[in-house]
Amino acid sequence: MFGYSMAEIGNIFVMQGFSGLSLFSVLLLMALGLAIIFGQMGVINMAHGEFMALGAYTTVLFSQLAVAFDLVNYYFVFAIIAAFIVAFVIGYLVEFGLIRHLYKRPLDTLLATWGLSLVMQQIFRSTFGAKEVSAELPAWLLGSFKPTEDIDIPINGVFVMGLAVVVTVGVLLFMFRSNWGLRVRATVQNRVMAGAVGINTKKVDRVTFALGCGIAGVAGAAFTTIASTGPTTGSLYIVDSFMVVVFGGAASVLGTIASAFGIAQAQSILQFFLTSSMGKVATLMTIVVILMMKPEGLFAAKLRK
Amino acid sequence: MIEISDLQVSYGQSQVIHGLSFKAEKNETLAIMGRNGMGKTTLFKSLMGVLPSKAAKATVDGKDISGQESYQRVASGLAYVPQGRMIFPSMTVLENIKTGMEKSATRDVPDDIYALFPVLFDMRNRKGGNLSGGQQQQLAIARALVTNPKVLLLDEPTEGIQPSIIKDIARVLNEIRKMREITIIVSEQVLSFTMEIADRIIVIDKGRFIHEDKRGDVDAAKIKGYLSV
Repeated sequence: MFGYSMAEIGNIFVMQGFSGLSLFSVLLLMALGLAIIFGQMGVINMAHGEFMALGAYTTVLFSQLAVAFDLVNYYFVFAIIAAFIVAFVIGYLVEFGLIRHLYKRPLDTLLATWGLSLVMQQIFRSTFGAKEVSAELPAWLLGSFKPTEDIDIPINGVFVMGLAVVVTVGVLLFMFRSNWGLRVRATVQNRVMAGAVGINTKKVDRVTFALGCGIAGVAGAAFTTIASTGPTTGSLYIVDSFMVVVFGGAASVLGTIASAFGIAQAQSILQFFLTSSMGKVATLMTIVVILMMKPEGLFAAKLRK
Repeated sequence: MIEISDLQVSYGQSQVIHGLSFKAEKNETLAIMGRNGMGKTTLFKSLMGVLPSKAAKATVDGKDISGQESYQRVASGLAYVPQGRMIFPSMTVLENIKTGMEKSATRDVPDDIYALFPVLFDMRNRKGGNLSGGQQQQLAIARALVTNPKVLLLDEPTEGIQPSIIKDIARVLNEIRKMREITIIVSEQVLSFTMEIADRIIVIDKGRFIHEDKRGDVDAAKIKGYLSV
């Protein structure tokens, strides 16, 4: 097949599969935030990619500080937390100042958040310059495992994946075990009724939007370990992230995980054998066909309606 | 306990509720009866703050509720069991009940709720959407009760429910009143059900109250006349 021996094919699958896992991790973190926001208030946040870039820039700033104070080996964990907090706070303010006035006009939120994304991109450009910047990675994130002679697994990829798993478990616990999650899910299912059993749905909206943005910030922090950050970094990931949400079935965390995994793996492995754009085309075609057969996405809840 | 005067509700230009006034005391069950489309559900929704309304006076336990949003009205002591139950279908029974416990001190469902609705305890880990209509109705009542209301609003609790369960619901409502001494306001079309629970019956027609009776003085034929299509 394609002039490779069976052993080589095996190794290619492992390594491409692994690079797919890094992509999966970033996509998953992005899509989780998007799915939470879309599921909760039906808002399609076009500026979601910029919140990821915000997290990435926060991490880069932290790394520059760390270099100045010679703390490169320790800063990263704090940078992740800071990326979350910064994106969370900005998200909170955006909901308060912009989104909440547009809940009854879904198309306008699309336009408004797109405008917001342009504004944020320009702010990044004016503040940090048009050139891509990267974070100074701590030594423990560099290098790679070599389980066999021909397989190379980069440590930063493993780290990003671990981070994605931790955040996903955190989100699941938040949604299904905490009081806040209960409020969020009740509001998602029936906003009017949630208000009529005593839930302050507007407050729930604000926190949910901010949380979704915060998770995008974490995605940004993770992103700095595998690529460099530019003003338009976020917009490169937004389409794939939307695809993950739609394909997985909105408001289903499990579906989001499965679809992020499928899309990332398909792209990564196909890109090795075909060209990069043909890999994307093949992935998209498959998604379109599957969505035609299952319009509600991979995991739609089965219930008596 | 609850006092409303000159309540007006409109959908756009067309007014549906024309200046309703009523009062209900503590430990009293008031039934509002009327045919479909006469404004029962609109009245309940506006009381709950789901629909915007105007009123000269709207108080619960002496506290002004006009201008409050739904969740604030719940905190003021109103609880709502809507028409069609409106439970949260993809949440478990237990989670459904807990949505009503926003202001409660404990995180555990009070025992008296399960005493009233043993079936909810048995099914506490099932999805709400997979319950039968009657069970969903009990769940909706339980969810309203855990908010510790002073006034419980029930919008057509017997709609689409089998006759044997209707009897159960009547029994439960009487028990709730005995246990908690709250005000219950129920909208209904079924006179036999109303007669089992209500102290007072008001007939609503085209957004106006046209008739009022104590239970003892009810002339069944006359009320039936108002309700027939």
